[in-house]
Parts: sequence; C-alpha cells; structure tokens
Amino acid sequence: MTTTGTDWRQAAYISGQAADARVNVELETEGMTLNIGPQHPATHGTLRIVCRLDGEQVIWADPACGYMHRGYEKLAEVRKYPQITTLVNRIDWLGSFANEVPFILAAEKLMDIEAPPRAQWIRTVLFEMARIANITLFLGDMAAQLGAVTPVFYAFRDREHALNLIESATGGRFHPNYDRIGGLKDDLPKGWIDECKAVMRRIRDFCDEMDDVLVGNEIFQTRTRGIGVIPRDVGLEYGLTGANIRASGVDWDIRRDEDSPLAWKDVDWKVWTHPDGDSFARYWVRLQETREATLIVDQLLDGLPAGPIMAKVPRIIKVPAGEAWVHTENPMGEMGYYIVSKGDIGPFRVKIKTPSFNNISITPWLLRGVYVPDVITILASLYFILGDIDR
Amino acid sequence: MPKLVPGVIKGLGVTFKELVTPAVTVQYPHVKEAPPTRARGVIALKEDNCTVCMLCARECPDWCIYIEGHNDKAPPRREGGKPRTVNKLDRFDIDYALCMYCGICVEVCPFDALFWSPEYEYSEVKIADLLHDKEKLGEWMETVPEPLPLEVGAAAKKK
Amino acid sequence: MTPVLAVQLGYGWLAAIKVVAVLAVVPVGALLYVYFYLFKMVSHMQSRLGPMEAGPHGVLQAPVELLKFLQKEDLFPERADKFVFGAAPFVVFLSTFLLFVIIPTGPRLVAENLDTGVFFALAVSSISVIGILMAGWASANKYSITGGLRAAGQLIAYELPMVLAIVGVVVQAGTMSLQGIVHAQANGKIFGWGGIGEPFVFTQLLGFVIFFIAAQAELTQTPFDMPVAESELVAGYLTEYSGVRFLLFFMAEFASAFAFAAIASTIFLGGWYIPGVHGTTADLLGPVVMIAKTMAVGFVIFWVRFTFPRFREDQLQAFAWKYLIPLSLLNILVTGIFKVVF
Repeated sequence: MTTTGTDWRQAAYISGQAADARVNVELETEGMTLNIGPQHPATHGTLRIVCRLDGEQVIWADPACGYMHRGYEKLAEVRKYPQITTLVNRIDWLGSFANEVPFILAAEKLMDIEAPPRAQWIRTVLFEMARIANITLFLGDMAAQLGAVTPVFYAFRDREHALNLIESATGGRFHPNYDRIGGLKDDLPKGWIDECKAVMRRIRDFCDEMDDVLVGNEIFQTRTRGIGVIPRDVGLEYGLTGANIRASGVDWDIRRDEDSPLAWKDVDWKVWTHPDGDSFARYWVRLQETREATLIVDQLLDGLPAGPIMAKVPRIIKVPAGEAWVHTENPMGEMGYYIVSKGDIGPFRVKIKTPSFNNISITPWLLRGVYVPDVITILASLYFILGDIDR
Repeated sequence: MPKLVPGVIKGLGVTFKELVTPAVTVQYPHVKEAPPTRARGVIALKEDNCTVCMLCARECPDWCIYIEGHNDKAPPRREGGKPRTVNKLDRFDIDYALCMYCGICVEVCPFDALFWSPEYEYSEVKIADLLHDKEKLGEWMETVPEPLPLEVGAAAKKK
Repeated sequence: MTPVLAVQLGYGWLAAIKVVAVLAVVPVGALLYVYFYLFKMVSHMQSRLGPMEAGPHGVLQAPVELLKFLQKEDLFPERADKFVFGAAPFVVFLSTFLLFVIIPTGPRLVAENLDTGVFFALAVSSISVIGILMAGWASANKYSITGGLRAAGQLIAYELPMVLAIVGVVVQAGTMSLQGIVHAQANGKIFGWGGIGEPFVFTQLLGFVIFFIAAQAELTQTPFDMPVAESELVAGYLTEYSGVRFLLFFMAEFASAFAFAAIASTIFLGGWYIPGVHGTTADLLGPVVMIAKTMAVGFVIFWVRFTFPRFREDQLQAFAWKYLIPLSLLNILVTGIFKVVF
C-alpha cells in the first residue's frame, strides 16, 4: 500500500517511540526480578526469595520455601517414639537437643510419667547448651553476612567446646538422641561438670569478644541500627517468637511464663528485651541471651540433684490415647509438638510447630522498600534455619 | 554513651590479640584428636552374644540392619534330655550408608551384643563397601572402649 | 643519571633495566602481600593456620595458584564486547605498573624521578577507574554494569580526599617530586632535633589518616568493598572474568596495595632514608627499609580489612563527601598557615 506524507510521519513517530521504549526497557531496571537463592553463599540453607526490584529498592518479596521438606509429620505416622526422637533431632540441627525435649515432654504428658529431678535438671542443662551452640553460630554468621570475615571463626572455635561437651555426654555432637520417655539415656561421665563450667567461662569470654569486635563497632551499628524495624504489633500479628519478638519490646519467654517440668524455675535468670525492634536489637538480644544461658548452666550445675536418671517405664512403650501439646522456648523461638495418640507404640499424628516458619513469614512485609544491601542484613538478623522452616 | 576508645579501635585490638595467640588448628591427618569415649563412630558386634532376636533390625528407623539366621540343634543341657534349638547367625550386615548413628539398636539389644566404638575413619571409595558384614563388625570390637565412670550424684548402674 | 654501578651504562641499557625492574616488582610485591597478609595474617587472626601443605608453611601456595589461573579456560560471554572485555584487565594492570615508576628506593634508585611525581602517581591511579568501568560495561550483564558504576562512583569519590591529603604534604615539603619529599623529611628537624629527620607523619597526622582511609577505599578493601562483595546478592563487575583475566585483576589489586603502601611510606614515613647513612650504602639498604615500611603499612591496611564489616554504598559516599573532604581541606588550611607563619 502506498503511504501518504502524514502516514509516513506517523510511522516515523511510532517507530521512534518504539525505539525509545526498547532502550528504556533495556536500561531501566524497573521490575527486575531477582532470585535470592535457593543456593546463595553463607546463608542458612536452600531458601529462595523472589524479589522484584525497582533500581535499588525492593518492591515486593516472596519467600519460596520447601526445598528442604523431608516429610517429618508423615514419617512420624509410621515410626515409634524412640525412632521419632532420633528423627526430630534433625529439624533444627544446630540446637538439636532442644528439638527432642518438647516431643518427649508431650509423650510423657500423655503417659502421665514424671522424669526424676536429676533427669529434668540435666535436660535443662543440655537444652541451654543447645541454645549456646545455636546462637553462637548466629553471632558469628551475621558478622560474616555484613562483611566482617573474622568473628565467624571465633564463633566456630568456641562453640566447638560446647559441641565436644555434648559429644562426651551423649555420643553425638550434632544429633545427641539423648532424651527418652521417662528420663535420659545415660548419666553424665565423670568430670563433666567441671569441664562444663570451664567451657561456660570460655563462652562468656567469646561474648565479650563479640561485644568488642561487633556491637561496639561503629560500622556495624551504622549497618544495623534502624534497619528492618519490626513494630511490636506487627511482630505479634505474624507470630514471631523468641529473640525476634523480644527485640521488639515484647517481654515474653515461655521458660519463665509457663509451667514446665524442666528446671528453669529453680534458678535465677533474666529475660532480655530491647525496645527498638531493628536488626541491631535482634543481635544484641541474642548476645545477652547467650551470656544468660551460660549463667543458667552454671547455676544448674551447682545445684544438680543426685538420684536416678530414668523413671520406671514399661519395656514396650505404649502411649495411651489422647492429645497433648507442649511448647518450649527453643533457640530459634517457640517450638511445639501436638501429638495425637491412639494408644499405639507410635503416634497417630504429630504436628510440629517450628519458629523459623513464622520468622520468615514476615519477610514480604518487612522487605518492602528496603535497599538491596539491607535485605541481607535483615535476613541475617531474623535468623532462620531451613530444616526448621521446611521440616 | 561517650566512649574513650572508639569501638573500631577496640575491635582492632581483639583481632590483634588473636593474631599473637597461637592458632587452634589441629593438622589432620598429621595429628589426630581422639574423640570422646562415648562418641558414636561405628557399631561393633559381639557375635557370641547374639541370639538372632531381630530386635535391633526391627527398631532401626532406617532398616539398615540385615539379619539372617537359622535354627540349629545344640546338645541338651543334661544327659538324656532333648536337644535344644538355638538360633545361629548367618548374616548380620549393617549398611553404614543408611545408618543414622542414632544408637537405638545398641540400646534395645537385650543380650549386649552391640557396642559403640569411637572409630570414624572407615570411608570407602565405593558405597557398596560401606556394608559391613559380621566379620568386619566383629573386628570393630577391638576398638570398643571401657564404659566411663559416672559423675557424682549418679545412681549406681544396675547390672 | 649518575651510574649506580661502577660501569657507565648507555641509555638503552638503563631503560631496559628500569623496565625489567618495574615489571619484576609488581608480581613480587603482589606475591609478598598475598602470602603474608592474605594467607598467613588473616589465618592467624582467625585462629587458624592457613595454607601449610604446599611447601613449608605454604610458601608455594601463591605461585601454585598463579599457575592454576594460567591453565584455566578463557571464557567470555557471548554478547560481550570482545575488545573492551579483553582490554579492561590490562588497563587496570597498566595503572598499577605506572605507579611504580616514581617510587624511590634509594638516593639514586628510582625509575624516573619526575618533578611532578605525586601528581603523576595520582593521575595514573585514576586510570584503573576506567578499567573497572570497561570491565563492567563489556560484560553484557545488567548486574555487572551496576556493580561497575558503583565501583566507579566509590573510587572517584575517594580520589578527592587522597589528593587533598597529599596536598598538605606537598605544601610542607615544597616539592611534588618524591625524592624531594624524602629529602625534605631527611633534612627536617623535630623541635630542633635532627636525629631521625622529620617524617611527615608527625606533622601531617590527619593527612596520614585520611590518606589511609582513602587508600583503603581506592583498593576496594573492607570496609569499602561493596562493589566486590555485592556478589552476595548481585554479581559485581568481576563476575564474567575467569582464568588469566581474573588473575590480572587480582594481581593488580594486590600490587596496587603494595604501591599505595609504598607511596604512603615515602611521603609520610620518610621513605628510604636511614639517619646517618648516605651514598652507596643508602642505595643498598634503601630497598630493605622501603620494603619494611611498606609491609608495616600493608599490615595495617589488611588488619583493618579483616576486622570490620562493610559500609553500605550510600553510607560510604556520605563518609567521603561529608567528612573526609572537609577534614582534608581543613588540613591544607592549617598546613598552609603554619608554613607561612613559621
């Protein structure tokens, strides 16, 4: 067809606009979709966060978890209680004794069995040591995410002592498998209490080192103060638990506020909160909690009651029918087990509530409008473990 | 709060102190640290004690123990009595590629035929070689340590 | 130039020797820094031993890694601009070489004693910015170009405090040539005592600190390493580089660290001057003294690098423009007043 003069000018105008649009689309970074993960350096596992960026800022972020789903709740349907105890160690693998405890407590609740006091106290000691092993890694790891390469080595070096202690008592560094319905598997070996006190002193020195190297460091403060502020009500709405919510000013700790057969009420300790709710607050609260855990362990070891380590339980454990829910203040937050039993040697259904799942559920809300380097700071400060999210 | 020494300088002090402190590295494989006595390294089998009750194979969460046995006649206990049936162990394999090192098998064995040993250097090039048969499991018995004395306050162990 | 040896050498031979010397110093300096600071110092700070297997205490690790890089496949992205992509590492390397031309290691040991030595050094160090931009642009990768732009922004921002810090020294020494600055420090007196001369670090302490911080940023070392550590999330300008090209960038980084430390030793710490030593002995001991001072300055650079977390990009820029530049201008003002009045 022939083009008239106006057609030709119109065509030139349109093609010019199209050319501009093409250039804009190529150079504009609006709506650039960025995948953080599922493999990314030095973060806590196979988490994928899909972000949409506008230049430097995040428009929306969506966590896609499930890359590490191992089907714990389904596995628990076809296993017996001692076998599930073994499996459950691997949910939050850094503080693994802490995973066994609420499960065993729920089973004991259904069976109406009380473990002897010595067992409860040693359970508490190991629980707090799991907390120390877990949080010391966080203290070093958040520094590594921010660029300070040295503190993470101190963290690994000093938690090695805690892991060696756990291994000398239970046989396993990472997966102790030590809790049993009715008590513990074995008593502590000779000399463990003195070694443990020495290790607690070391961990306290490590916390002081972190205070000097990181918390007091002006660069660290500039990177973390005011970043990723979680207001109190939003945190509660999303179900954040543990240090995350205590850093937003909520004074809630299951160890102090609820009754439990474990020995927390028998010792003096303090719950740490921080009013700011930013990344710095979350780091600071966890640092204080680690120190507090060492003080708890010292007091518990001083007052450890003598006695048997296991209550009288039948050889074949059949848990009577019923439902029980037990939750504890795990290193990552609130972990709980809801066991439905039909009177068999294995549970009918176990529902596992894990803290990290709630911790990352806040990321879509939290990461809006945040600059890209701060995304890493925020994710590091929220502290989740993939085994905990996905089970 | 006002600080005399800025935080950055304190941080430098910490790393300098670490610089002049000797490193904690243990240069494996030239130097080997001994694991604790209770460390769960490998499972050893004392064949004489095993009665092929199959409890360990049943309780294993992974089903990594393979046991085969057969009935056999043994001489009677008293003169003139009936021959006894005993179980003879044909095959006792533990697949360490599947084993979770949980210790349930060692714990449930009623005849003390399984023991933990802290040996950990048994990596193989082929996965099939990680299936230890009963001869190999018997060899591990040499590395089983004596059980440790317990901490103060522990109740005496019932034999 | 007066002969160093007893033999009078022709111009061609002299030039060849100088070229070879400068070419040799770059990898040697880089290797020294890589071994002592990147392999050993950081390891001991982190309570570990570092490479121990390759050679006694790992001394062969660095040369072996060099060989490893040389035998890698030469990859480049399909849509990359081949010429610019290939030229970028050479541009950065070139600026590092040229830096060593004016550094004196003895009263007669300098490749070329330019009268505008300091000016030449600063001008040449800015060429690396072009190299980085070329690397980012030619990678045909959206992330690389943003990384390259960020790096360029940071480097340009920190050029200014570096220049202004050196201006204070130039004002005090009265000359821009590096040999002249060394002589000015050698002949100076601290409150009337000429024992060790007058290293400018005493009078120009603020300038020294500013130069240090600016050099740290110029080398993109932590706490200013956002351009290269962006690779947590997004790839920096170096992503598409592998093998020999990456090796050139890497060596250029460490050789630049060596060069900046050498310049800092020369203009602030007194250079090759040893009190009471002149003539040929100074020619022989000068390089030893220079290497010692360079290693000391490098120690502090890497000490800071391995201790601190990194700044965010905007915080980094704010730090340069709002704090360092006014401070360095103040430094020049005070130096000028002192120079005129006293």
